[in-house]
Amino acid sequence: MQEFLEFTLEGVSSGMIYAAIALSLVLIWRGTRILNYAQGGMAMFTAYVALIVINHTGNYWAGFVTALAAGLVLGAVLERAVVRQVAGKAPMNAVIVSIGLLIFIEGLAGIIYGAQYRSFPPAFSIDGLSIGSVALGISRNDVFTAVAVLAAAAALAVAFKYTRVGLRMRATAFNPGVARLLGVRVGRVLTLGWALAGLIGALAGMLVTPSTFLYPNSMDTIFVLGFTAAVIGGLESPLGAVVGGLVLGVVLSYAGGYLGSALVEIFGLGALVLVLMVRPAGLFSAAATRQV
Amino acid sequence: MSRAAALATEDVVAGYGAVLVLDGVSISAAAGTITAVLGANGAGKTTLLRTIGGFIRPRRGRILLDGASLAHGRPEEVARAGVAHVPEGQGVITELTIEENLRLGGLLRDGKDGKAALADAYQRFPVLAERRHRTAGTLSGGERQILVIARALMAAPRVLLLDEPSLGLAPKIVTQVMELIRRLRDDGGLTVLLVEQNARSALAIADKGVVLNVGKVVAAADAADLAADEALRRHYLGF
Repeated sequence: MQEFLEFTLEGVSSGMIYAAIALSLVLIWRGTRILNYAQGGMAMFTAYVALIVINHTGNYWAGFVTALAAGLVLGAVLERAVVRQVAGKAPMNAVIVSIGLLIFIEGLAGIIYGAQYRSFPPAFSIDGLSIGSVALGISRNDVFTAVAVLAAAAALAVAFKYTRVGLRMRATAFNPGVARLLGVRVGRVLTLGWALAGLIGALAGMLVTPSTFLYPNSMDTIFVLGFTAAVIGGLESPLGAVVGGLVLGVVLSYAGGYLGSALVEIFGLGALVLVLMVRPAGLFSAAATRQV
Repeated sequence: MSRAAALATEDVVAGYGAVLVLDGVSISAAAGTITAVLGANGAGKTTLLRTIGGFIRPRRGRILLDGASLAHGRPEEVARAGVAHVPEGQGVITELTIEENLRLGGLLRDGKDGKAALADAYQRFPVLAERRHRTAGTLSGGERQILVIARALMAAPRVLLLDEPSLGLAPKIVTQVMELIRRLRDDGGLTVLLVEQNARSALAIADKGVVLNVGKVVAAADAADLAADEALRRHYLGF
């Protein structure tokens, strides 16, 4: 019973990180119908920026804020400079461009920072919490992870629903032609979508890197799992992304805990293949086909 | 409501790909008037509205709003200049609620004016008020058409481009919509370019009429004179 509790809470904690990556993918998919394969690479790069700031200032939170700001700027710049060039072309162009971006960013990180593994500080203590004598299997930092991702998701949901800019973003996602007809500057909205995705991705990078170490490919596996979570959630819905992340995190945690940790990645990929085969539109959406 | 603006096209040539649809179209609509744009299917009526609305970049010619050139090929800037466009058929965003569709139309105004416009829209169209929190996809074709017109008015436009507003509407609602268009003009707030298959009902409320045939203007005159011209009616208007 105590094992079960530990595995569940661990799963929730890592699931929140998959949820953050999924959320950033959903933000971009809704606006531009592009799957951003470079999302993990962008997050890795902002983590390096954070590490430099942390080492210089000795202040974790200065690095944290810088990483989020760097993600915001990186997303906006990539949308303007690169992604916009393939807008309206064949979908495969965008796929190849975003994979190219990933290779470029990882290569650049290797050139600048080298390929060695660097340890990365957590925001809070990673000592396991316990209630009385019962170990919970999670730390203060895990709690912070869950709170940070849920807060980001809730802030996005509220902004989408209740603000003018959120209404513009949703209108653009659903029907860019009609949005333009009503005076929405769709180009700016798409830039904002990429910028927010860059920010959420950077948050995921800050949260996960303490447990993966930092190196140019450090986000690759996390990205695949985040992508799987997004597909489970249906790619369209921020809520779906969070639920998809949680489901995947808990399932993988049970798989790793009861069957052996070597199986986690295989289970993750298996889940992706299974969802794409059985419900390509995601568990939460009405059946509809799409091309990627 | 802001003051109406004059709208004119000068020698506009436009089309899709290799197909030329408008072949040197010049029309002018005085501020605060209703101009009916008439003609058979394929005459270029919708293309003319889409070109003015910024969805098609003209190959030649200019579009003038109160004498100043309108942005070509950028619908969002045309909308921001005060030209609202009600496209033919489905212009609602079905995934958003009725209220969100309306609010979207009012985003070009500041928050307080937008709220007042929303209250106006609900008063004019009670059918929208009753279902404000349902998604627009749940509305019937006629109700969607009303929503699109109401949404265009949310922006307090200076010029309204209406493409077949009566399509799919029950006769009673058509009368109501035409009456509303007439009232908006009478209040001095609006210049209307009205594309209609139903030439008779369009000319009944219009000040002027323009008849297009295969991309050229073949007649432009007072609405009453057009309606009285039997040869023209028989050739181009079919009533």
